[in-house]
Amino acid sequence: MTSGKKNKGAEKMNKSGVTADNNKAVLSIRLPKRYEEEISELPPEEQEKLRKRYFEMLYDIGEAIGMVAAHSISEPATQTTLRAYHAEGRVQLVTTKGLPRLIEIFDARKVPSTPSMTIYLDEEHNNKEAARKIAAEIRETNLEQIMKEDSLNLMEMKVEIVLDENKLAEINMTAEDVVRVLKKNLRNVDVKVEDKNKISLESKKGEVNLRDLQAIRIKARTIHIKGIKGITQVIVEKDGDDWIIRTLGTNLKKVLIMDGIDPRRTKSNHIFEVMKVLGVEAARNLIVEETLKTLREQGVDTDERHVMLIADIMTFSGVVKPIGRYGIAGEKASVLAKANFEETIKHLTNAAAKGEVDDLKSIFANVIVGNLPPIGTGMFRLGLKEDGE
Amino acid sequence: MSKVIKAIKFEIMSPQDVKKLAVMKVTTSEVYDADAYPVKDGVTDPRLGVVDPGIRCRTCGGRFGECPGHFGYIELAKPVLNVLYLKQIKILLSLTCPECGKLLVDKSKVKTDAERLKAEVPKQCPHCGAKIEKVKFEKPYHFYRGEKQLNPEEIRAHLEKISDEDAHALGLKGGRPEWLVLTLLLVPPITARPSITLETGERSEDDLTHKLVDIVRINQRLAENLEIGAPQFIIEDLWELLQYHVATYFNNELSGVPPARHRSGRPLKTLSQRLKTKEGRFRHNLTGKRVNFSARGVISPDPLISINDIGVPLEVAMTLTIPIKVTSHNIGFLKQLVRDGSDKYPGANYIIRPDGTRKRILPDNKEDLAEELAEGYVVERHLLDGDIVLFNRQPSLHRMSIMAHRVRVMPGKTFRLHLAACPPYNADFDGDEMNLHVPQTAEARAEAEELMLVEKNIRSPRFGGPIIGATQDFISGAYILTKKGSKFSREEAAQILAAAGVYVDLDKDEYEGKELFSMLLPDDLNMEFKAACCQKCSECKKENCEYDAYVVVRNGRLVCGAIDSKAISPFKGLLLDKIDMEYGHEAAREFLDRVTKMCIRALMIRGFTISISDIDLPATIKKEIKKIINKTYKKIDEIIERYHKGEIEPYPGRTVEETREDLIMAELFNAVNEVQEIIKANFKETDAMVMAKTGARGSLQNLTYMAGLVGQEMIRGGRAFRGFKGRTLAHFKREDLGPKAHGFVESSFIKGLDPIEFFFEVMKGREGIMDSSLKTRVSGYLERRLVNALHDLRVDHDWTVRDAAGSIVQFIPGEDGIDPAKSSWGKLTGGA
Repeated sequence: MTSGKKNKGAEKMNKSGVTADNNKAVLSIRLPKRYEEEISELPPEEQEKLRKRYFEMLYDIGEAIGMVAAHSISEPATQTTLRAYHAEGRVQLVTTKGLPRLIEIFDARKVPSTPSMTIYLDEEHNNKEAARKIAAEIRETNLEQIMKEDSLNLMEMKVEIVLDENKLAEINMTAEDVVRVLKKNLRNVDVKVEDKNKISLESKKGEVNLRDLQAIRIKARTIHIKGIKGITQVIVEKDGDDWIIRTLGTNLKKVLIMDGIDPRRTKSNHIFEVMKVLGVEAARNLIVEETLKTLREQGVDTDERHVMLIADIMTFSGVVKPIGRYGIAGEKASVLAKANFEETIKHLTNAAAKGEVDDLKSIFANVIVGNLPPIGTGMFRLGLKEDGE
Repeated sequence: MSKVIKAIKFEIMSPQDVKKLAVMKVTTSEVYDADAYPVKDGVTDPRLGVVDPGIRCRTCGGRFGECPGHFGYIELAKPVLNVLYLKQIKILLSLTCPECGKLLVDKSKVKTDAERLKAEVPKQCPHCGAKIEKVKFEKPYHFYRGEKQLNPEEIRAHLEKISDEDAHALGLKGGRPEWLVLTLLLVPPITARPSITLETGERSEDDLTHKLVDIVRINQRLAENLEIGAPQFIIEDLWELLQYHVATYFNNELSGVPPARHRSGRPLKTLSQRLKTKEGRFRHNLTGKRVNFSARGVISPDPLISINDIGVPLEVAMTLTIPIKVTSHNIGFLKQLVRDGSDKYPGANYIIRPDGTRKRILPDNKEDLAEELAEGYVVERHLLDGDIVLFNRQPSLHRMSIMAHRVRVMPGKTFRLHLAACPPYNADFDGDEMNLHVPQTAEARAEAEELMLVEKNIRSPRFGGPIIGATQDFISGAYILTKKGSKFSREEAAQILAAAGVYVDLDKDEYEGKELFSMLLPDDLNMEFKAACCQKCSECKKENCEYDAYVVVRNGRLVCGAIDSKAISPFKGLLLDKIDMEYGHEAAREFLDRVTKMCIRALMIRGFTISISDIDLPATIKKEIKKIINKTYKKIDEIIERYHKGEIEPYPGRTVEETREDLIMAELFNAVNEVQEIIKANFKETDAMVMAKTGARGSLQNLTYMAGLVGQEMIRGGRAFRGFKGRTLAHFKREDLGPKAHGFVESSFIKGLDPIEFFFEVMKGREGIMDSSLKTRVSGYLERRLVNALHDLRVDHDWTVRDAAGSIVQFIPGEDGIDPAKSSWGKLTGGA
């Protein structure tokens, strides 16, 4: 059998300017670390082959890497589900999946539709009981969730609240603790423990009418008693050897400084929050991770390099920018490329007002004027030696 | 190419520019005179260009097609605002002093348009001390200073006072501020707004012409009224009307302005509308262009050609041409083609003389033209076998949606495509049409052949595995050929090998299928992997696999294991991947060409079919399935009872109802799974089962649908609930929570569905159709956005990834420099 590839590979120049058949030069170049490790245990001739192959596998100069990446995401996107179906019968959080999640990531939404955290615990707390305890600490609890009932006592003009014993135990608090929190949050209201689990709220203002009382009752219900704001649900799960806490709602800043958790492994799916708390590089990695996760869940096999490129273009300016009209596509240097995308008139009039020049470096701009675009083989010219045969 | 556009500058046009560009002044609103000739000085004055063949341009003397058209202008009796620049006018008016024209705010505080629109203005001019009143903008195009409305003349006077430097500071760098108020209006050439003659002989003018006529008419009346010194209110009304017409001329979708309409009531398509949207100039005509040398037709399958080939109907081959330069080497050949003319294949349709004139080859002149032919001439000859053409199927979702094929001219009326080349196009043959393009230059042909040929695209850049490969019957055939105990007589072996193009002496009376298959493998190939028919035993017996699902290739010999989708199919084929990686694209193509032909030949010898008896189960097993269903119903009754008693403890974050549904559905799915297990255990190796387990077509689930039961129809991610009040159909009692009332189908396709079950099946089907149509739209837009964000990224000469502005996005492409399109699943060492 013929082997066209072998011959061509031998002629091809790699990036350092050594021909691939100049074995010594090629073999002396170190591969990226992970590949050196990967091949270190193979027999020498196998190693040599893979070293050569690495140089054959490299990107060609001029490759339209962005287009390929865009296609690699959007072509399989047609195969993903549109709605979030949850797996039947399992205890789990319903998070956005499939195409809607992809769009959410690329749009760089300020708040995702289902923010969620995965909290890992440190060695000491990596067990079921500790995880449960921490989960209870984290979960946002307001008065309404821990009370059995509340009522207006019209005789004494006060609000009476009966707390749920079990729920109190769950969050490890007593009626006194609750009163303390309420006192802090309710001004001009006197909070007292009446009975074991009964507390009363009384206005400090002398004259009280029914409407004021009702207002106090409504306000009291929403008062944040315990936990971290924004975290509405927590679920404790076993993931391999680790006990983890999954949450609905995020608050990385508060969770990362809690005792008992492992801040290095704890994750959030909220890209903007991660950017604010951990920086833009963490946000970039999160975009890669979340996109890959979303695709893999749908059974789509896409190389991570394409996803990395999209994450890089979204973040290389230093902040997370969306893909669409108000982000990268709308902030391009080329007037024609922008006008071609969306808001044609706006971009053209703005360009005229600013006296902008389109220097035709963009692919679309060259297509529009009918030039050869400077990408792929368009980056090179073919020359002919006149004296050649 | 003698002239290449290097850059395009965008600026605001000055009145001087307008005058310089224009060849005439439009002064009359009349268009045609009584004899239907264009009126001189009207908007269709012949000096503005030619749109009819045979007439020469009054300005440049060019004929139709040569003359690009020429501009004219209208001198407006009173200035009007350019409505495209209202934002800029607002900024300039409110941030400069009306008296001295100087900037009222600090330059550093007004760097962006957003800041400029929000900036606070002092009460007094810091330069001349004049009192400053707030400028208010009112839709659609009115400005007020304090309470007083400003007319365009006053606005222009104010803008004139602003210095260039201050205008720059306020973001206006493309021209003088006063140019934003129009005094002269440029009239585009008639070539840009040609009138069309209807069949009735009636002339129908372009929308722009209509609008220009309106403008000229009102402008004339305004000028006359100014001349005779008409009362102020008349002047103002006409001025306002002129402003309206000019505004809609630029943009007929301004908010707050009723759109100008055609006589028929249709809104006019004016300048902005011509450029905007998918049907506008940019997206329709500039980024998407119509081409010549292309064909479109229905495709049909042909497994007997190469995957690189495309079967082209003779008629197409005789219409599409390739220009060939006449040289001393080919003059004889080309002369013969010309002599054969355009009616005989192979022939030629045109010759092009060195002076550039084209001459159609007709039966009358073909001999003369053949004699005339000399070096330097170009002959446009018919397509020949082996020519490179591009083949494309929409939607073009990735770069493999357009690939280069080699022409094979054939009788018939369809394009013939090899089945292995279908997955990248996502093509089937239920009436699909595809497009064919013929590259016209040597460079284009060379590029197409080197980069776009089908064999060079076997590996998808998306995941680094094959996207071209054997599917369906090829896989069944491969399994039948190579499964354990598959033997063929000498005659059969000869047929199979001949089909694959392998001609060897056969000295044995009997051949194993594996032996025959091995003849296609390279001699030094070694690999091991698990086939798709692997049963996933807890402990793998490897070579001794009882299902023959462990594939071992040693020195080019298939030692054990059956070949199925895991070996040679697109997306999964490990064997195909290995051959492409180690032996090159050409070898992979050759392997695929041979293997597909060999597989279908084996299948034809053995015969392959499915029938009801393949799927029907014995009565005992049917009873068993019924038992499982009844058992499940009982469990669900219990759940419902618990629910009614309020004993169900909700899962965290879910309501009691949701939890109930979760529990019920878990039971229902459990039942289906149990049935599936029974079917798996009781099915013999029928052809239907072969297809399912080799990955040729269908799945165990499909078999369960046919033989066992269809199971729960999922609608909107759960059981069906919508319909009547408290029930899905009138056949049920209200609040019936049982399985049958909410879309559980206990029948199999063989038994047949009852009308109620059928109804739920249709509900699911409808949802699927709705979903996929919505999905294509949503993901289509996602693609457009992604492409627009990423299209400029390329691997630059220094091996960094850069965008059009030259900013570095990645220092090493993909972090390690490996192109997935050249790797095996993105890995150096390979393997999925």
